[in-house]
Amino acid sequence: MTTDATPDAGAPPFVTEGYKPPKATHKARVLPGFRLSLGITLTYLSLIVLIPLAALLARPWEHGLDGVWQAVSDPRVVASLKLTFGTAFAAAVVNLFAGLVVAWVLTRYEFPGKSLLDALVDLPFALPTAVAGVSLCSMYAANGWIGSLFAPLGIKIAYTPLGIFVALIFVGLPFIVRSVQPVLAEFDAEVEEAAQTLGASPMQTAVRVILPSLLPALLTGFSLAFARAVGEYGSVIFIAGNMPFVSEITPLLIVIKLEEFDYAGAAAVAVAMLALSFLSLLVINGVQLLLSKRGRA
Amino acid sequence: MKVRAPEAPKSFPALVLLAFAVLWMALVILLPLVNVLAEAFKQGVQPYLSSIVQPDALSAIRLTLLVAGIAVPLNAVFGIAAAWCFTRFDFPLKGLLLSILDLPFTISPVISGIVWVLLFGAHGWFGAFLQAHDIKIIYALPGLVIATILVTLPFVARELIPLMQDQGTDEEVAAVTLGASGWDVFFRVTLPNIKWALTYGVLLCTARAMGEFGAVSVVSGHIRGLTNTLPLHIEVLYNEYDSVGAFAAATLLAGLALVTLVLKSLLEWRFADELAAHRRH
Repeated sequence: MTTDATPDAGAPPFVTEGYKPPKATHKARVLPGFRLSLGITLTYLSLIVLIPLAALLARPWEHGLDGVWQAVSDPRVVASLKLTFGTAFAAAVVNLFAGLVVAWVLTRYEFPGKSLLDALVDLPFALPTAVAGVSLCSMYAANGWIGSLFAPLGIKIAYTPLGIFVALIFVGLPFIVRSVQPVLAEFDAEVEEAAQTLGASPMQTAVRVILPSLLPALLTGFSLAFARAVGEYGSVIFIAGNMPFVSEITPLLIVIKLEEFDYAGAAAVAVAMLALSFLSLLVINGVQLLLSKRGRA
Repeated sequence: MKVRAPEAPKSFPALVLLAFAVLWMALVILLPLVNVLAEAFKQGVQPYLSSIVQPDALSAIRLTLLVAGIAVPLNAVFGIAAAWCFTRFDFPLKGLLLSILDLPFTISPVISGIVWVLLFGAHGWFGAFLQAHDIKIIYALPGLVIATILVTLPFVARELIPLMQDQGTDEEVAAVTLGASGWDVFFRVTLPNIKWALTYGVLLCTARAMGEFGAVSVVSGHIRGLTNTLPLHIEVLYNEYDSVGAFAAATLLAGLALVTLVLKSLLEWRFADELAAHRRH
């Protein structure tokens, strides 16, 4: 006799050898609350995330494709997109190196105050962006703690693109550290010992053995820091100066358009920003995939 | 596989790396926090105290607590429901739903704000209807609440899902087999197993809800004493060149951030096994 006798899956068939009950129906039968929990989840996600995002995606088209293109190709919008994505990229690159060193020091060395340093890494996550924003602005202004050191050299930091870059470095650091740290902590010590037994110097081991295995985590951290920096608002607008064409970031321009009741324009720029950042993440993911393929070959 | 234990830095490159890391963290991360205190107390304790007890500041504090008090419990209930259905059942499109759940983490806070204006603003989808019935959402409390809910939506769910996945369903299935009702299973088996992860998620959610700036700034309208939360109050004062007032309010939020960090570290240290297996932000 075979299993064809039991079309209603879940009830054990007469022949049990090699038989696995279909997962879904099996679980759904034993534990209660499927309909209730799925109902809450779907309703909540629809009301809070999906419908609002649909409103965003639907809005730009009211003046047709031409209207969208006009809104997005406006020189002021293009300048802000260049600034936003450029400073986000530059800050993420700096954090790639700084974050790697911080993660390395936290996993490799034992020193007094280490757990404090470790907890401090999360400060940019925990500190509200408006607080970071006003504080960075006053620090890097010409009469601030750091700004006053650079002012005599003729370098202005606050109210310039340089200020945006500095703020985004603050915001992005934890993403790199927290992505790399666990991978570094679990790196197989035997691989490292093997490299050194074969005559590699500590420097060679670090660069040629450990670093390649960290690349995927580094890229993950990079893309998280980059994505956060592109959308960042609170920590940037105080220090940015917000001069059109010079230091005006895209999120601010969206808010300005909205306050001028240009809803379609605001939505068009917002959708363009979303599309560009998803595209960037796709490229980074592609690089990651390429690297992992090369690693296997 | 063995893992290398951390050791005291002895070699010259090790010391250079350590010095760089400590200096970088001090200058880039710690200094902005210290600067908040320095600016707040620049003119002494008295101006600091008087700017915290001024009516606009107090109403901003009340509003911040109120908004978080509504948004966080709702997101906690959603987080539990979502974790239950994602980890206890299989259903089609689960992966897609999980990506949608993560969206608020990846989109700009400004976008999390403007979507509500596009729906409920004067020229939004439901704008005319709301005006006709004299319902205020944008530039009022409901707008602040829904914007905050959107921004902080994933925190609790994202903390519970990996943990409940790891824990599996054995204990719950056993309870059901022994005749426990659904709510009994949840309150006596599931909830005790996830209570610390739930606390952790609620903690992060609360901190973000109270500190959120971009999304609420778009829907608030900055009406003093009415729709200014604490972060918006900081912005208003700072733009009016009331530096002491702005930084005094900022110390409250910085204090909140520090308390969050301490509680978070405590939870990670004391209940490491009962939180999700890996450390997350």
